[in-house]
Amino acid sequence: MTGAADTSPGLRRSGFAPMFELRAPAATLPPREPIICTEALTIQYGHFAAVKNVSLAIPPCQVTAIIGPSGCGKSTLLRAMNRMNDFVRNMQVTGRILYRGLDVYGPGCDPVELRRRVGMVFQKPNPFPKSVFKNVAWAPVINGYRGKVAELVEQSLRRAALWDEVKDKLHDSALDLSGGQQQRLCIARAIALQPDVLLMDEPCSALDPIATARIEDLIDQLKSEYTVVLVTHNMQQAARVSDRTAFMYLGELIEVNDTNAIFTRPGNPRTQDYITGRFG
Amino acid sequence: MSAAPLHSRTPPPDVFRPRLALRRRLGAAFAAFCLLLTLGALGVLFVLLAQVLLAGWPWVSRKFIANMPSVLTPEQAGMKSAIYGTLWLAVLTGLFSVPVGLGAAIYLEEYAGRSRLARFIQFNIANLAGVPSIVYGMLGLAVFVRWLRCDRSVLSGALTMSLLVLPVIIIASREALAAVPSSIRQAAFALGATRWQTVRHHVLPAALPGMMTGIILALSRGIGETAPLILIGALSYVPFVPGGPLSDYPLTSTGLRQWLSTALFDQFTVMPIQIYDWVARPQPEFHHLAAAGIIVLLGVLLGMNATAVAIRAWQQRRRT
Repeated sequence: MTGAADTSPGLRRSGFAPMFELRAPAATLPPREPIICTEALTIQYGHFAAVKNVSLAIPPCQVTAIIGPSGCGKSTLLRAMNRMNDFVRNMQVTGRILYRGLDVYGPGCDPVELRRRVGMVFQKPNPFPKSVFKNVAWAPVINGYRGKVAELVEQSLRRAALWDEVKDKLHDSALDLSGGQQQRLCIARAIALQPDVLLMDEPCSALDPIATARIEDLIDQLKSEYTVVLVTHNMQQAARVSDRTAFMYLGELIEVNDTNAIFTRPGNPRTQDYITGRFG
Repeated sequence: MSAAPLHSRTPPPDVFRPRLALRRRLGAAFAAFCLLLTLGALGVLFVLLAQVLLAGWPWVSRKFIANMPSVLTPEQAGMKSAIYGTLWLAVLTGLFSVPVGLGAAIYLEEYAGRSRLARFIQFNIANLAGVPSIVYGMLGLAVFVRWLRCDRSVLSGALTMSLLVLPVIIIASREALAAVPSSIRQAAFALGATRWQTVRHHVLPAALPGMMTGIILALSRGIGETAPLILIGALSYVPFVPGGPLSDYPLTSTGLRQWLSTALFDQFTVMPIQIYDWVARPQPEFHHLAAAGIIVLLGVLLGMNATAVAIRAWQQRRRT
């Protein structure tokens, strides 16, 4: 390892230049120091507030699930964390989102570089209409990856538990894969950039139960290296894979706690109503 | 029905009146109507084509393509100058209008957003696409021929034609870009791509077939145009090709440049104008020449379209 890589956990899987100096090396951080932190975050589309005054801390190397009924603002909150909301017209943000101490909506943050650090997997699998190999290789190449791309592709596909299924058709179109394989390819594509955080926006809602189980296993393995934020409307999924769960309702953060606690002793009656299936 | 219902949850029969037979008949009638219209249109086209082929085919020959037009001896007349004029015009129009049109379409669709200025520009482009071609001819006459002193040249013609096809190219290319699913753009942005990288590597390749189709249609329309070129002064009797034969010039880069600049500012004619001129003459021989000219014009258009389709197919194969 080079000298620079020793001080910066973002470069522990080296190959990319650093985006900014981190506040403190990860080794000296307290174990639960949040990696992403929203402070009184409000997001409005025109006059409609999709997210209201949410303060939420995302601890590192854990799976945080955000649950809630449709339209509760959980996807909006997630998409604010890597500024994928920028493409929505009439969007206004008040409050702050801090990623490792950097104000994401502040003047010092380049969203292009942020999105390399904070990757995203979407609800519907959206591979590029290109070969499996190019799907994974493209992002590292345009971001100036200095290592061997072919090795990175194999490694990423292995991490996404897809390698054995696609190793003989790396140069076939990704659109020929099944839905579950496509979603794992999207995950491979995201982790090929060696991100810090992986945001997942209902990654299994378009998949059948078997493909869902494979993705959930994968999320469980990924949390040893990545921080995962998972938006889901499936409470069983949140209970199965997450360490912490946040419940949102009508744009507000109602409750956030360890997943066990949320599902066994919810502190708020609305949380209890939701997880027991009385609404939503 | 007096018997027991088929299923206990079958709704009472009076809630729906399916009229299935009527609905099917209506569907069949509409299909037949559409078929009739299609056959009618094709039939008219076929009759026209047959008439042209009958009148002109005996006159289509190597001589007809290789000879210059002749006013005195229709048997010796050819349309070499018109074919060359059309090819020059098509290539130059493509060179001028395709980069500008694609650039404008990419800017408007991918960069401009929904600002008031962008909407104003879009509205105007849509209107320009509907302006009659003769108006472009007058514009070309005023701006290129007179004001910029390009005279009645190939260059003036190509610039005028570029103005004419630009709105069509921009609109078709924008449609092609808009048809690219936004999930592809989101995927690229979420991977730390800049807007240019997203457009260059994912949006443009996906939109290219649609763009090519629009460009082909626009250029084909331009090649068939007569009115604006008559206005800017394309001649009907031109016994030379633009620039003259390339072999008249020294085989050096200076020679090539001389040839090019001579050609650009030479007077010219195009196939539709040549055909128009022949049709307008009283002698029946010239009418046969016109029919033969139409056949050659159709051949050139088909050739250009086939080339473009082949390029498109090749691009699509290369991409996977």
